[in-house]
Amino acid sequence: MMTPADLETVYEAMAEQLDAIAPTKRELFLAKLVLLLSNDLADAERVRQCIAEAAGNLDA
Amino acid sequence: MRPAGRAETDSLYFTYPHFDPPAERSQLSDPAAVAIVGAGPVGLTAALALAKEGIRSVLLDAKATFNDGSRAICIARQSYHILDRLGAVGPFLEKSLGWTTGRSFYRGRQILEFQMPDSPREKYRPMYNLEQQYIEQFLWDAVAREPLIDARWQSRVTGVEDADAGVLLAVEDPLGGYRLKADWLLAADGARSTVRGLRDLRLKGENFEGRYVIADVQMDHDYPTIRRALFDPDCRRGGTILVHRQPDNIWRIDYQLRDGEDEAEAIREDTVRASVAAVLQEIGYSGAWDLEWWSIYSANTLALDDYRDGRVFFIGDSAHIVPIFGVRGLNNGLADAQNIAWKLARVLQGKAGEALLDSYTPERRGATLDVFVNASKSARFMTPPTAGWQLMRDAALNLALSHPFAGALANPRQMTPYTYEDSPIVQPDDPAFEGGPCPGATLPEARVEECFLSDLLGPGFTLMSFGADLADSLSDLDITFVNLQPASEAAEVLAAEATSAYLVRPDMHIAARWHEVDPDSIRQAFIQSLAGETA
Ligand SMILES: Cc1cc2nc3c(=O)[nH]c(=O)nc-3n(C[C@H](O)[C@H](O)[C@H](O)COP(=O)(O)OP(=O)(O)OC[C@H]3O[C@@H](n4cnc5c(N)ncnc54)[C@H](O)[C@@H]3O)c2cc1C
Repeated sequence: MMTPADLETVYEAMAEQLDAIAPTKRELFLAKLVLLLSNDLADAERVRQCIAEAAGNLDA
Repeated sequence: MRPAGRAETDSLYFTYPHFDPPAERSQLSDPAAVAIVGAGPVGLTAALALAKEGIRSVLLDAKATFNDGSRAICIARQSYHILDRLGAVGPFLEKSLGWTTGRSFYRGRQILEFQMPDSPREKYRPMYNLEQQYIEQFLWDAVAREPLIDARWQSRVTGVEDADAGVLLAVEDPLGGYRLKADWLLAADGARSTVRGLRDLRLKGENFEGRYVIADVQMDHDYPTIRRALFDPDCRRGGTILVHRQPDNIWRIDYQLRDGEDEAEAIREDTVRASVAAVLQEIGYSGAWDLEWWSIYSANTLALDDYRDGRVFFIGDSAHIVPIFGVRGLNNGLADAQNIAWKLARVLQGKAGEALLDSYTPERRGATLDVFVNASKSARFMTPPTAGWQLMRDAALNLALSHPFAGALANPRQMTPYTYEDSPIVQPDDPAFEGGPCPGATLPEARVEECFLSDLLGPGFTLMSFGADLADSLSDLDITFVNLQPASEAAEVLAAEATSAYLVRPDMHIAARWHEVDPDSIRQAFIQSLAGETA
């Protein structure tokens, strides 16, 4: 678990990075990020859980 | 297809032979134990494999020469073992180009270099490049020397009927037509198999969207025998290109057509020339080149539900069509030919139960389905079918520019021989082993003094032991006994102790293994491997 402060710095960095990237490249960037983080996490099962969790409530 | 003004077999580097129909007509209708329809690489191999077992065959082909164009060019290690066992590998080794390395590029930058498994322990390299005409030529040279094979060119099979304990073929050649009764028929008549149609059978499976133009050019290009895959190159945005070196300064260039690209337009000579020129520019070649041959190929995965239909066995492309990037089409066909040949020979000689023939489909169709799984994965990378697959593919390639780990996703599936785990004639594994190949797998290679483990195999079944002397108590069985040193390289590869043994089939697949062997269990396994009655 991250501290709320750490999470906030990630949140901000992502917002700024997404704004800095052309809208047509944002998907590509997000997909790359998933591969990169997954490689660091080295836990395929956990990543697959996260993929499923992130897919929830998208239409809420 | 060839450039305007050149005939179908007018090649820059290969002289196609011309074969006449049989001149001696009096014995054409003599009954045959085995007839083989199709003298492509698979039919030729089947005839050789039967002859090696002492079985005569009649080999029929509609054409007057070999297949046009270079078609399949990658021959895998296990196929060289098959050719070796047929005594035919010599000219292949001399002419072909062995290779182990592949490189993948994304937008002009290298993102991956991979090595296929190889070591000094291996007699053969993981892959060899050789144009299909040479494959057919070298097989034909061996067939022509073989008195047990009655090869008939310009002889088209136009009918197949079931007859009493066999089939009755209708054959037509330019000099006339005749009927031929055969006890067994091997249909090696290719993707558009006549026999398959006559038997009312259909290939089933999927058509992938990917279509490739394959073009051969001759040029003095200075690059080692390394397979290159270019993803999303400048000259073909969104597409994939493969570049392979072949003997005689011939280079194979495969490029993918875009969705909606018109096929007729894509294979026009000037379109092909322009596309090839752009690829050559992409790989930095600016010298002269000649266009040799081109064709179009789509990535299908199709197979028959059952490779056997009564007295007819389907081998090679008549039974299965696989996408090119797995390089399994030809290689799997050669394994089909070898598989059915040793089984059919033993049934014909009364050395095996007829049920042995029922192991052909599960073993060889299993191998095809295994290719389909891998080919589908490769196809999804080479030719992403939907937006999701496309995005992830692009993300992997893009990340690989800075992070090599992501490049591994671009590694094509390795061509490892299929393990016959679910075969009715393969014994369950002995759980006492720690490591080594399980029954159904092919025998791994090792150095044994001056030669290789595979060189020690007998012509039929071989028992490999490591000290246990079994030859005396089993001398009535048709087995070659090989005694190896415990603690040798072979023992290490096979995870064997002084008490262990492996029973190896004529096709180099392992029939059974024992950590602590006893003669009775070998006898049982040998009999079951031939679908015989056990006591
Ligand atoms: C244009 C093309 C490009 C290809 N490119 C590649 C590639 O890049 N990589 C790859 O791995 N594979 C490729 N292949 C597939 C590869 O060539 C086949 O897997 C291989 O040739 C299969 O061998 P086969 O002996 O089963 O069939 P074939 O080589 O097709 O041989 C069948 C034979 O049967 C004969 N025949 C057919 N009907 C009859 C009849 N009624 N009576 C008598 N004889 C008959 C034909 O004349 C032919 O000689 C390609 C195929 C084609 C057609």
